Amino acid sequence: MTLRLSIPWRDARAPVLQRKHGSAGSKAVPAAAAGSARASGRAARRDQEAGLKRANFGEGPGLPTLLLLPQLLILLFFFFIPSLRALMQSVLLSDPFGNNVQFVWFDNFKSLLASSDYRQSIAVTFWFTVMQNVLTLGSALVLAFATDRIVRGRSAYRTIILLPYAIAPAIAGILWAFLFNPAVGPLAQVLHGFGISWDPNLNPNDALILVTLAASWKHICYDYIFLVVGLLAVPVSLMEAAAVDGAGPIRRFVSIALPMLGPTIFFLTVMNFIYGFFETFAIIDAVTKGGPAGATNILVYKVFVDGFVNLDLGSSAAQSVLLMSFALICTLLQFRYFDRKVNYGV
Amino acid sequence: MVERSPVLNMVCHAILIAGALTVCVPLYFAFVAGSLTVAEVQKVPLPWLPGSQFLDNLQLAWAKGNFSRTFLNSVVVALGITAGKIAVSLLSAFAITYFRFRYRMLAFWLIFMSLMLPIEVRIVPTFEAVANAALPLQWLLETSHVADLWRWISGHEVAIALEWNMVNTYPGLILPLIASATATFLFRQFFLTIPDELCEAARLDGASPLHFFWSILLPLSVPNMVALAIILFLFGWNQYLWPLLFTTDKDMATAVIALKGLIPRSDSEPAWNIAMSGALLTMLPPVLVVLLLQRWFIKGLVDSSK
Repeated sequence: MTLRLSIPWRDARAPVLQRKHGSAGSKAVPAAAAGSARASGRAARRDQEAGLKRANFGEGPGLPTLLLLPQLLILLFFFFIPSLRALMQSVLLSDPFGNNVQFVWFDNFKSLLASSDYRQSIAVTFWFTVMQNVLTLGSALVLAFATDRIVRGRSAYRTIILLPYAIAPAIAGILWAFLFNPAVGPLAQVLHGFGISWDPNLNPNDALILVTLAASWKHICYDYIFLVVGLLAVPVSLMEAAAVDGAGPIRRFVSIALPMLGPTIFFLTVMNFIYGFFETFAIIDAVTKGGPAGATNILVYKVFVDGFVNLDLGSSAAQSVLLMSFALICTLLQFRYFDRKVNYGV
Repeated sequence: MVERSPVLNMVCHAILIAGALTVCVPLYFAFVAGSLTVAEVQKVPLPWLPGSQFLDNLQLAWAKGNFSRTFLNSVVVALGITAGKIAVSLLSAFAITYFRFRYRMLAFWLIFMSLMLPIEVRIVPTFEAVANAALPLQWLLETSHVADLWRWISGHEVAIALEWNMVNTYPGLILPLIASATATFLFRQFFLTIPDELCEAARLDGASPLHFFWSILLPLSVPNMVALAIILFLFGWNQYLWPLLFTTDKDMATAVIALKGLIPRSDSEPAWNIAMSGALLTMLPPVLVVLLLQRWFIKGLVDSSK
């Protein structure tokens, strides 16, 4: 409650702050200017960390508040309030019609972690994201290596490989569902021809493989373009020095380019996990609807089903909170990566 | 290129051709299936060459998916998200980089906190929030005891019930998807690289902050805006979960949601030809954007994720 009130309250007090701060600001600006006049890299970085331009309009809170207002209002209504409500609901137990609400501490979390459905969902999500990650990043690395080696036709290849980025996850799912449809799909027929009894509608493993393939197909382009851009930044002089020392192309890629791509690969791993956890909802919903027997019921899909189909709001909110913590960890990890990137300029 | 090695080059070309084929095979079969009749598409094995029904199927899919309406919805939603997010982010990035005020860091952290928490994780409460956007105001009234105060002053019993339902409206489809900070951070990073001298010169010439923003910052930001607009357009067009929940009215559905209705389920006629024609139609606008604006698209993709 206080959080929601805080912004208008600060506005009301704005004129006072403005005067007080105006003087502090005018003193601080020359100090910062002197810092960068020393031209030390550290001072420059401090400026960046503060995220304020040295040459700024050191004015009071009136105009900037006005400028920030649309963003903060949208975030308030569609981000902070919903997140707070998820936190609140996760410790409440209510019947589907919302008539009877009880405060139950962490019972929702306890029953969630005790339920075999949820554990299965965690396992499915884990395998799904890990398989997707390995497949996506592996293929993207190979493709990026190949793109970096060749000259002729590079942009044509790149155009085609980037195409899936434009295609909605749901459509990617539908395309693959058709290819591997046990009745009519051409690739399913090829599999049947080899004597493999393929049926994602009945066999849990087949279903998981199908959504993994569709999800990876859609996401390889993302990793690929980052790796291609990253490889362009590897200094040619290093590569040439290694070549003079007798390292072959593959050795150079593994021993020089790959370590230099380290931050990029880390970033992509985090992004792949986020993609696998959240954005693949559409693929699951369009292709398998979580089935068969919960084999593709990833965590995000379960939040949706429990919240909107089973109307178990407490459990759904508890799941939301757990997922949010996971996403938050990813964000912080990514921020660390970003810091490193700034420092070393890779 | 350090040394010549024709063999490795051949291998690289082979790898890239394999990659390109992997991308194209699903698209090719979608095209083949989309050009067959219902009877042909159920034949085992599926023909590997396209049939003659392509245009007819496109027409049928267009009608069945209500695409003349849903495409319009998709365009409105995608452009709304694009324009809204860019406008909102530009303003807030300008505020947190170019002004020194007391709660600047608080604003920065509030925006930063929302970074990368996708809408999927808070789907139920967000739905409630948008189904009745006035709910928080209602709480505010209840906790601040406005009703009690009024009763005390005037002696009348009042009940204040606020409702602002955004289900099946464009704002309901657009606004929640604007609520994330990625674009703000892109512009913030960009503004930090703009030379300080520009701002100093503008101030010396007596330009007001808004004048500086409009005549200097905005023109400088155009490349970033274009790049970001492409990414956001794709993001908006390809949305799935939110429109799925938020459009109970068929006339408010987006193209991707309408396409979902065309997929054959086990109990219906397996009209995969229509479904595939619909899929091709729905993916056409974003694919064209990526093909025609590729340079900007790559810039946007790489920049907006940093």
